[in-house]
Amino acid sequence: MAPSARASDRRTHRPGFSLRTLFSPITWLLSLVYDGIVNVVDFIMHPLQNVLGVRRMAYIFVLPNLLIFAIFILLPMILNFYYAFTGGTNLFPEDRPYVGMENLNTLFTCGNFLDPNTCRADIFWRALINTGGYVVSQVTLTILLSLISALALNKGLIGRGFFRSAFFYPVLLSPVVVALIWKWILQQDGLFNALIVSLGGDRQPFLLSAQWAQAWVVVISVWAQMGFYTLILLAGLQAIPGELYEAASIDGASPWQSFRSITLPMLMPTMFVVIVLSIIRAVQIFDQVFAFTGGGPGTATTYMVQYIYSVGFSNQQNQYGLASAASLVMAFALLLLTAVQLWLGRRNEAT
Amino acid sequence: MKKFGVLVVLALLVVGVLGVQAQDSPVELRIAWYDDGNEGTVLRDLLDRFEADNADIRVIVDTVPYQTILDQLPLQVEAGEAPDMARVSAGERYRGFYLDLRPYVADPAYWEASFPAAVLQWLRESGEESDALYGFPNQFTVTGPFINRTLFEQAGVDVPSDSSDAVTWEQWTEAAAAVAEVTGVYGIAIDRSGHRVAGPAFTEGATFFAEDGSVTIDTPGFRTFAQLLLDWHSSGLTPAEVWVGSGGTYAAGAPFFISGELAVYMSGSWQIGNFATNIGDAFDWEAVPNPTGDGGSTGMPGGTAFVAFAQTEHPEEVARVMDYLASEDIYREFVERTLFIPGHQGLGELDYQTDVPAAQQSLQVFAAEALKLSDQAYELQYGGEAFAINNPIRDRLTQAITGELTLDDAIARIQEDVDAALAAAAAS
Repeated sequence: MAPSARASDRRTHRPGFSLRTLFSPITWLLSLVYDGIVNVVDFIMHPLQNVLGVRRMAYIFVLPNLLIFAIFILLPMILNFYYAFTGGTNLFPEDRPYVGMENLNTLFTCGNFLDPNTCRADIFWRALINTGGYVVSQVTLTILLSLISALALNKGLIGRGFFRSAFFYPVLLSPVVVALIWKWILQQDGLFNALIVSLGGDRQPFLLSAQWAQAWVVVISVWAQMGFYTLILLAGLQAIPGELYEAASIDGASPWQSFRSITLPMLMPTMFVVIVLSIIRAVQIFDQVFAFTGGGPGTATTYMVQYIYSVGFSNQQNQYGLASAASLVMAFALLLLTAVQLWLGRRNEAT
Repeated sequence: MKKFGVLVVLALLVVGVLGVQAQDSPVELRIAWYDDGNEGTVLRDLLDRFEADNADIRVIVDTVPYQTILDQLPLQVEAGEAPDMARVSAGERYRGFYLDLRPYVADPAYWEASFPAAVLQWLRESGEESDALYGFPNQFTVTGPFINRTLFEQAGVDVPSDSSDAVTWEQWTEAAAAVAEVTGVYGIAIDRSGHRVAGPAFTEGATFFAEDGSVTIDTPGFRTFAQLLLDWHSSGLTPAEVWVGSGGTYAAGAPFFISGELAVYMSGSWQIGNFATNIGDAFDWEAVPNPTGDGGSTGMPGGTAFVAFAQTEHPEEVARVMDYLASEDIYREFVERTLFIPGHQGLGELDYQTDVPAAQQSLQVFAAEALKLSDQAYELQYGGEAFAINNPIRDRLTQAITGELTLDDAIARIQEDVDAALAAAAAS
């Protein structure tokens, strides 16, 4: 009530002419339209509320979101499950013959699970091994470097604001842009090789040798994602009460001791979030690498999602069943990882 | 006031809807298209003229990368979201989805007389006994090598095809290596494509198709060329970027040839327009006949078809556009300006619009190559099994090049992949 009363006060004191007078027909029309829209909504909602009652109206409000979830997430998940047990190359579910476990069998027929060459779906296993290696190295490096930079930024060093922005800047770039920038830098006639040649060295096959390409994929994604995790860890660090460090220093604790006994344990909940997020993201690696190396050289940087994509869509063979089966395996792996993390997290909380 | 507001909003909505409907707009047709050279520009020009005479039709050309036509158009079509028309290189992929233009075109007999029966049949379902007209070839292509004569001259190396009609791939390799040795450029390259490898493999004596309809990759001829490709890489004779640095997709060696860094380049006739524009007379380039081997001398046929999809809501208008683009004068102008080898049989002598002599010479070489293509080459291109064969050859040979697989394993894997893809397709 109060604000509108004040508004009407002001209206009585306004001068004889102002721009407002000029615009008043427009404002009047706009308010009419606004009123109209609100009333149309009211027109529908009011009778609904009379029928359903106030409590059940909540369902009406979550319905749009629920529908989006059902159509774009739930339905594809169910379809994926169905497709995994069907064969052929037809797109529509009703045209696809049921083949039972055949797709999963194809994926898991191996002479020796550590040697992809002995497997029927050798590329699937290469992708799995590549993804494993990538996840371990990328997550470890990301966490380590994010922690170090968060600790440094928390120490109030000179130009802290600048460094914080500098670390965060790559996060704002689209993964494809990141990939293209680095491709220009690293290709045979790219910036980096030009630099090496001008300094008298030999060109390096950064994108043409398996080891180099795998290493660069990790470096680039650490560079692109580190800022995000640094920021989360920094927030976690800043939430640790300063008194604790004060008390520790009075007791004569060394910096390393206070790091081990105060910082790390207090940071653990944040750390846990960061680890979960970065692992899930690493397992799903696709867009950046696809634009950067296309999965090559050979299959050196082909990861799970790209394998699924290429079997299903890009290889002109459209084996949707096999792709869906591989998706199931990946979903299962993610489920397992999350379960382990939840368990570890709970245990952590309990202690 | 409240009711009045509701009325105003409803009135605005009604006016808006009526306003949209009241507009008398021309029929909008969409073409999914990709470019190798200037053909998109030429097409637009021809369509502008068509639209000027046909005010009731507007044609929108959606130009996308070639890879999109390969990967996404099939899904779009199968999901019921097909464009009205498209330029496609894998005509067999969309069988069953095409619009039969016969009832709509002005003169079906003209279509039958003008376009090769094999290509018209290529678009029909296998075993389909029909006279349906689903589209027409707007480009015929042949694969074959180009050389940079300037580099040969600089190196003082004789061009093998100058003195012999039957040069082998091994002789070209030797000559290219000699040029590379002296000039410091790359010797020889071939596009990263199973289709491109097939011609040389057939030349070396490979046979994929047996009388009984079975497909066998592992033949001595295929091995010979696969080994040669591996040797080009291990000796550094070829730029590794093309096969090793391109991930899982098609990649052309053309940029290396255009920049003058490559002596011999195995590609195909569709590059002529590209080279005429981007090389011109910067150095002496030319097409040379396909090499000769145990399997004779052959490239691969290919090309693109301009097709209409049955999902269109405007079949009559689509047929008018197709009829226009297929008509003799317009077709002639299209190929003469794009430097395409026509897929039209009734054009007679063509006056290609280029002042680059190398382009004229190359067109003649490829026209001659078109006459000596082998049965195996035709079977691969038009038999309907190319989708299962070309990509495994490309991807598995790459693994052999990078050392992930031995050549024996790679060839065994190609066979497995081909069998799996054919089985999956048969299950549908």
